[in-house]
Amino acid sequence: MERTAESRDRVDGQLAAVDEVVARYSGTEGSLIPVLQEVQGMVGYLPREVMQRIAERTGVPAARVYGVATFYSQFRLEPVGRHIIKICHGTACHVQGATAITEAICDELGVAEGETTEDGKFTVDSVACLGCCSLAPVIMIGEQTYGRLTPGEARKIVRNYEDGSGDAE
Amino acid sequence: MADRPTGTQVTVGLSSCGIAAGAQDVMDTFEREIAARGLDVKLRRTGCIGMCYREPIVDVETGVGGRITYGGVTSADVPRIIDEHLIGGKPVDELAVRAEERELPDETYYARQVRLVLRNAGRIDPESIDEYVEAGGYAALEKALNEMTPESVIEEVKASGLRGRGGAGFPTGRKWELAAKQPPGQKYAIVNADEGDPGAFMDRSILEGDPHSILEGLAIAAYAMGATEGYIYVRAEYPLAVKRLGIAIRAAEERGYLGEDILGTGVDFHVHVKEGAGAFVCGEETALMASIEGKRGMPTLRPPYPAVKGLWGRPSNINNVETYANVAWIIANGAAAFAQYGTDTSKGTKVFALAGKIERGGLVEVPMGISLREVILEIGGGIPGGHELKAVQLGGPSGGCLPESLADIKVDYESVTKSGAIMGSGGMVVMDDTTCMVDVARFFLNFTQNESCGKCTFCRIGTKRMLEILERICAGEGEEGDIERLEELGTKIVSSSLCGLGQSAPNPVLTTIKYFRDEYEAHIRDKRCPAHVCRALVTYEIDPEKCTGCTLCARVCPVGAATGEKKQPHVIDQDLCTKCDACRQACRFDAIVVR
Repeated sequence: MERTAESRDRVDGQLAAVDEVVARYSGTEGSLIPVLQEVQGMVGYLPREVMQRIAERTGVPAARVYGVATFYSQFRLEPVGRHIIKICHGTACHVQGATAITEAICDELGVAEGETTEDGKFTVDSVACLGCCSLAPVIMIGEQTYGRLTPGEARKIVRNYEDGSGDAE
Repeated sequence: MADRPTGTQVTVGLSSCGIAAGAQDVMDTFEREIAARGLDVKLRRTGCIGMCYREPIVDVETGVGGRITYGGVTSADVPRIIDEHLIGGKPVDELAVRAEERELPDETYYARQVRLVLRNAGRIDPESIDEYVEAGGYAALEKALNEMTPESVIEEVKASGLRGRGGAGFPTGRKWELAAKQPPGQKYAIVNADEGDPGAFMDRSILEGDPHSILEGLAIAAYAMGATEGYIYVRAEYPLAVKRLGIAIRAAEERGYLGEDILGTGVDFHVHVKEGAGAFVCGEETALMASIEGKRGMPTLRPPYPAVKGLWGRPSNINNVETYANVAWIIANGAAAFAQYGTDTSKGTKVFALAGKIERGGLVEVPMGISLREVILEIGGGIPGGHELKAVQLGGPSGGCLPESLADIKVDYESVTKSGAIMGSGGMVVMDDTTCMVDVARFFLNFTQNESCGKCTFCRIGTKRMLEILERICAGEGEEGDIERLEELGTKIVSSSLCGLGQSAPNPVLTTIKYFRDEYEAHIRDKRCPAHVCRALVTYEIDPEKCTGCTLCARVCPVGAATGEKKQPHVIDQDLCTKCDACRQACRFDAIVVR
């Protein structure tokens, strides 16, 4: 696989960071999941080389690391957009119109659920429940939560993010 | 209870849904405006107050005229509250939803509630151990360690009748006793804070609003069973809960309520927080332990039960957050006091997350034995928009939908189970005539099918086949015999699954078939969705008599299906229409007809 010098440096930097995290958790039993969580927090997702490095450094077989990474929905094996839009599909949100919200946002951004926009700005994810049921329907963008939405409002919020204002309304 | 504060105190509700509704802005504005006016006002944060339908919520106490609770507060309201109430001494009646010295309409939200588990929620600052102690916190732990033996603690919990609040309702005292009886050695006390049921947020509120109550209950359990290490397994989607637990653990360790030689009694107990990584099945106790061990969360056969052979093969006790939250109250006030509440077989209270088609949704705590109807009408304030109660969904994806005709059943473990649902962890979603029960069944099965770990053939493949049948039905392609197929598959999945996920995944389908069979038949035989939810089975048309040609629908339609000349009746092109409902929501003349 062809690599530019830049991407080689980036990967090397990532691997060094991975080594540091693994070293910190060595000696703690059952730390594979926290290691994966911290590494994903740094790198943004779990590239194959990173998982292989974790396997080498922890002694956990690569297949097992891969098995854990693919079991839990929090772990991503593909890069994500700068802003992650989480659309709540919990029971209360579903009953209050989450499907229409999802359609509106996907239509606005031109992607399907689970996909990232071409410009790398947004990833649209459906999540099971954000726990803010009295504010249904709810979406989260980054750390910000927006509730009591209509499809029109959802579009507006996403559009404002798109404009770079980073803030809704 | 904490002493009456002297001076003026403003408390802002800052739990996840408060923050989602804008409470942080309100908090920041108070801070700014109070400083700008140079006032001597104590500004505090608190956790979930429970009146979620009124978020953001602000409590004001001036020492004169009792506490006033303001609801739906925005930053724009803040200067007014400060000038008129804090300085001027006159509460802002428009915004007030509760008042200590008179009865406002929202008081009925609390009238039937008994707040034992939620005793501190909304009253104390969850990040202050001092406030927890002032409110009586850690007195139960001191009592247990200094005045009781582990055996007598277990006897007290057994006598209280406390049953697991995670959903299964197993007697808590007996569970602890089993772990305590195991030979001495490393044992673990574990909190299941995975709260995966969509629509449930009871545990989140307790963790964010009163984390010390969990630590105290857990420490008492650890003492009773002889555990020196504890884990709190919190789902990853609750970052605020994780943060507040971390603060609480550190503070408790500093004061000697956790760690080595607790309160000088020689008892050791260390607590660690473990975050989940997004797997509903990890709420199942054996999967939870596998996850703590760093493995895939695949459930394992029981026996052996965790109390005998659990985390890393050692005796372990796992209870839900709400179960532990009851423990300190029981030890402090006695088993008899607890047993005064509830029914013969279901003692104490239950916290419910009331949501869906309800006027007043939020976190409520009621004595076991209250009826569903009382919760929905008296506490929840009934169904908004003039709609009728159709069903109540209890127990999340493992539970069932009870029809309006059963709304008088008493909320206790046995009564609910007899009706085909389960008490569950506390999610209570109210549904009205605009909810399609077949769609609800499909929604839940979609969830559980996705979350199935894959180990058991019937769960792995059976739920997928059930989902396919339901999707066909909702798409207007239902066939005669589909209902029977769903029933057959459902019962087989229940009996051939290793864990609670598979054993309960068919419940929403089986209960909706039992109580709403006519809706299934309408979908299958008449290709009709009575609630007008299933897109393939509804049509949107414009009534030319009512349409004024205002063009609003044409403007909001995302696919250009609604068209027409200004001031002329519009039409909807059925080939283009996606049934998104935007036109009906926008139309001010009631001209959109849904069939």
